[in-house]
Parts: sequence; C-alpha cells; structure tokens
Amino acid sequence: MKLVIGIVRPDKANEVLEALYRAEVRGFSMSSVQGHGGELDRVETYRGTTVRVGMADKVRFEIAVSDEFLEPTIEALCDGGRTGEVGDGKIFVVGLEQVVRIRTGETDNAAVTPVGA
Amino acid sequence: MPPGVNAGDTAWMLAATALVLLMTPALGLFYAGLVRVKNTLNTFMMCVAALAVATIAWAVVGYSLAFDGDGSLIGGLGHVFLSGVGFEPRAGTHIPHILFMAFQATFCIVTTALVAGAVVERMRFGAFLVFAALWSVLVYGVLAHWAFGGGWLQAGGTLDFAGGVPVEMGSGFSALAAALVVGARKDHGRQAILPHNSIYVLVGAGLLWFGWFGFNGGSGFSVGTPGVLAFVNTLLAPACALATWFVLDLIRSRQVTAIGAATAIVVGCVGITPAAGFISPIWAMALGIVAALPSYAVIMWRPRTRVDETLDVLAAHGVAGFTGILFIGFVAQAAWNGVSDGLLYGNAAQLGHQALAALAAPAYAFAATFALLKLIGLVSPLRVTPHEEALGMDLVSHGEEAYPTGEGTILVEPIGTMASERPVAERAMAPATSS
Repeated sequence: MKLVIGIVRPDKANEVLEALYRAEVRGFSMSSVQGHGGELDRVETYRGTTVRVGMADKVRFEIAVSDEFLEPTIEALCDGGRTGEVGDGKIFVVGLEQVVRIRTGETDNAAVTPVGA
Repeated sequence: MPPGVNAGDTAWMLAATALVLLMTPALGLFYAGLVRVKNTLNTFMMCVAALAVATIAWAVVGYSLAFDGDGSLIGGLGHVFLSGVGFEPRAGTHIPHILFMAFQATFCIVTTALVAGAVVERMRFGAFLVFAALWSVLVYGVLAHWAFGGGWLQAGGTLDFAGGVPVEMGSGFSALAAALVVGARKDHGRQAILPHNSIYVLVGAGLLWFGWFGFNGGSGFSVGTPGVLAFVNTLLAPACALATWFVLDLIRSRQVTAIGAATAIVVGCVGITPAAGFISPIWAMALGIVAALPSYAVIMWRPRTRVDETLDVLAAHGVAGFTGILFIGFVAQAAWNGVSDGLLYGNAAQLGHQALAALAAPAYAFAATFALLKLIGLVSPLRVTPHEEALGMDLVSHGEEAYPTGEGTILVEPIGTMASERPVAERAMAPATSS
C-alpha cells in the first residue's frame, strides 16, 4: 500500500480527475494548496504598490492505493497534469503503515479497494 | 436658457443620462458574476473599456454619423468633434443639443459593452479596445442612424422607442458574429464552467433595471406622455417576464433559479425597450410574458451547441429585442402613443415596417461585426494563447486578481533602492524585510 500525493495546476485538475476515473482510481481526496516550486513569480500591481506573489495556487490530490494500482495512478496524474511548462507540479509516493475503513472496520488492502470493485 | 429649451425636460434628461451611464458598470457587475474567478476583472474591465473608447469615438465621429442630417444609410460629418453641438435645442426636442448628444452617448457605451459578453474569458484586451472603438462607430453608429437619426428605417415608418434596432438586436446579433470569429473557449463543452458569484449577477440585474428607467423613460426626451408611458412600462414588463421565468423554471426543474431571475429582468427590460412609449400598459405586461418565451428557449438550447456565445447576449438582447420590435407591429395604439396603430388596431402596414427592421438590423449587425473582427484578426491576434487562457485573463491582461489573499506576497515597490533595483521576476525567494 502506498499514499500517492500529487500536486498539480488548478486548471489541470479536471483533466487529472478524468484520467483517474479512466484508470478506475475511485478513492481520493483533493484540496487547494499554495506552494512554490521554482517557477517564476507573478508580479501584481495595485495602485502604487507592486508585489511579487511567490506562492502559486495548486491542487493537491491524496490517493491511497494498493500496490497494483500504484503505477496506473502515477500515470494518470502525469497524463492529466502535464503541460510541459515549469510549474506542472510533483508526485510524492510514501509507504502506508495501516488503513482502516471506518464504516466496516476493514483494514489495509480491503480498505483501499473501492466498494463493488 | 436658450429659446426653445424647456427646464423640466432638461432636468429630467440630465438625470436620465446619469441613470443610463450607471447601466454600464451594472452590466460589468452582471457579467463579472457570470464568469470564473480568474476572469472576473477582465470581464468587468471590458465594460469599463467601453466607457473610455466608445465615449471618445462617439464624440469624435460616431455622433455625427448617427445624428447629422437625414441621409438614408448614414449621417454626415457636420458634427465631427462635436462641432455645431451647442446649447440650442436639438431639432424635435426641447433640450440642449449637447445634452441630447450625451444621452445618446450613454446608449452607445452600454451597447458596446454588451457585445463583450460574447468574447469574455479569451479575447485579448488590446484587440477588444480596437474592436470596441471601431464597432461603436461602424455598427452602433450606423444602426442608430437608421432607427433614431432619420435613416431609412425611421423614415419608412419603423417604430423603435429606445433602441430595439441599434441597442438590442445590434448587440445581440453582433455578439453571435463575435463568438463565431473569436471562437469558443478551450474549456467550452469540456468542463463545467459555473458562474462564480450569483450575488453580483443579481445586484447587476437590479442596477440595470434601475438604469433602464432612464434609458426608456428618457427616450421621449421630455417629461411628456411618451416618456411617462415608457417609464411605467419599464416597471410592468420586466415584472411579468420575471414571473414567467419563474413558471418556466418550475416546469423545467421544479426550482426557481436566482440567475434565471436576473436574466429574466434583463429580458423583460430588453423586450419593452423598443415598445416602451408605443403600447398600452396592459400590452406591456403581455409583452413581458411573450418576450420571456423565445429567450428562455434560446438560453436552454445555446449551451448544447458548439457556439460559445458565452454570456447569451443573443438570447437576452438579440432575441428579446426582435420580439419587442415585432410586438409593436401588432399592438401599437395611437390612443396611447399619438403616432400609429398596429395590426390589432387596424393598421397592418405597421407590422410590415416592424418586420423590415427585424430583418435588416440583425443582418447588418451580424455581417458588419463578422467582417470587422476578421479584419482586426488580420492585424493582430484576437485571443490569448491556451496557456494564458488557463492562467486566467486577470493575471495575463491586468496583473491583478479580483480576490487577492496577500498570502505569500513580497513587497517590491515602494521600498528602498536596493529592492527596486532587483529584477522583478527572479527565481529565488527574497526576504521581505530588506528595507
């Protein structure tokens, strides 16, 4: 079992969702985050004040998967999220010690497998 | 006061001009609520741009082409740079000529802003400025001459009280052409694109209705009966359009929608615009109901097509204006307007005059706008790149956000010399407190 954390552009989030759906990855969370990953800063001006915005808006996917779903998930994040420009985001894969489905008490692989799969 | 100028008329027209001017920022609010967060400012700024370029184009040449002389297709150049536009009363009115010019200018501004609704979220701001300046003269100015300035439609007997021809059909069918030339947004039909702030849409619609009392009520250029009738009809027709929209929404989805209500207010105001001073209050209420039906149908149908006429200017303005212009031909009443009867009151010829306008205005608006944008497109790109479109027009065109959080921002200016000498787009994060 792995936890896949994918950070992508907000305007690519829809394509990532589509790619995950096609890869039959059904269980995930997403949230809005701000981060800085080496892309150029935006410059904004409000009346006499000019600011550099170091943080870029991103969308963070968290996906807990069984081992056979790891590669399809990574592929879906890459396919959906890639533009080729700096700022496309990153994918972090970390090991998972334990997963529990609250409703049934199922653990580990049974808990990360969607109902009906 | 110069001889022939009436104090009451002038006082009302000064107020009416200000009321109509308010409609342009109101439209900006209405439009801004309907787009995504990242395009809020750009959408509003297109309306603000019309305040600048359409006003200037109007004073320089547009007013003259619309209102100088009674040429059949276009006016003269006698009032270029407002020459000869002074305090003496404008022919046919008892208000100063210069005030008449300003009142008509506010119509040109809001109509130019209306067309922006077709191209929001992807058109380059610079290209839009050029388009707006040329459109306000070549399309609005010409149609205003036909309907208001003694051109062939007005001379032929077409009744258009406050702008069914130049304003509503002019903007609506131009919007269709603009959407076709500029092309759909890259996300159109591929992603769910939702209005980002429904409250803006409702407030904008409310302010538009408020301003519309000046738009229609002022189009009699006096405090006399046509203006009063138009003013009252501007209350009655949108109320009926609103109630009709409620019923249509209930039939379709069992729920009355807020954005539908805002749209209905606009549709009702548009429908009554050409007819305001020509039909009885009861027929104005009927027009509110009748105008809602085709516009509702087009609003339901258009998003299912590939045509990304983004904010439905065609449905709300073109179609409702068309309905209003034709409706006059049926129910105009000389007993109310002192000018002409319609078909139901024994004058079938009036319907012919109205039908002619309902065909000519859309044809000219569509063809002229299509050609104009194609020509501008030869000189400069009309739209931003797909990457910029994804980033959002606010950042790309204006370097601002509608709702900046300030999180993660670093002050560049005003600050000490050291900081202002730094290149603004360097990669490394610099400490914010270097001053």
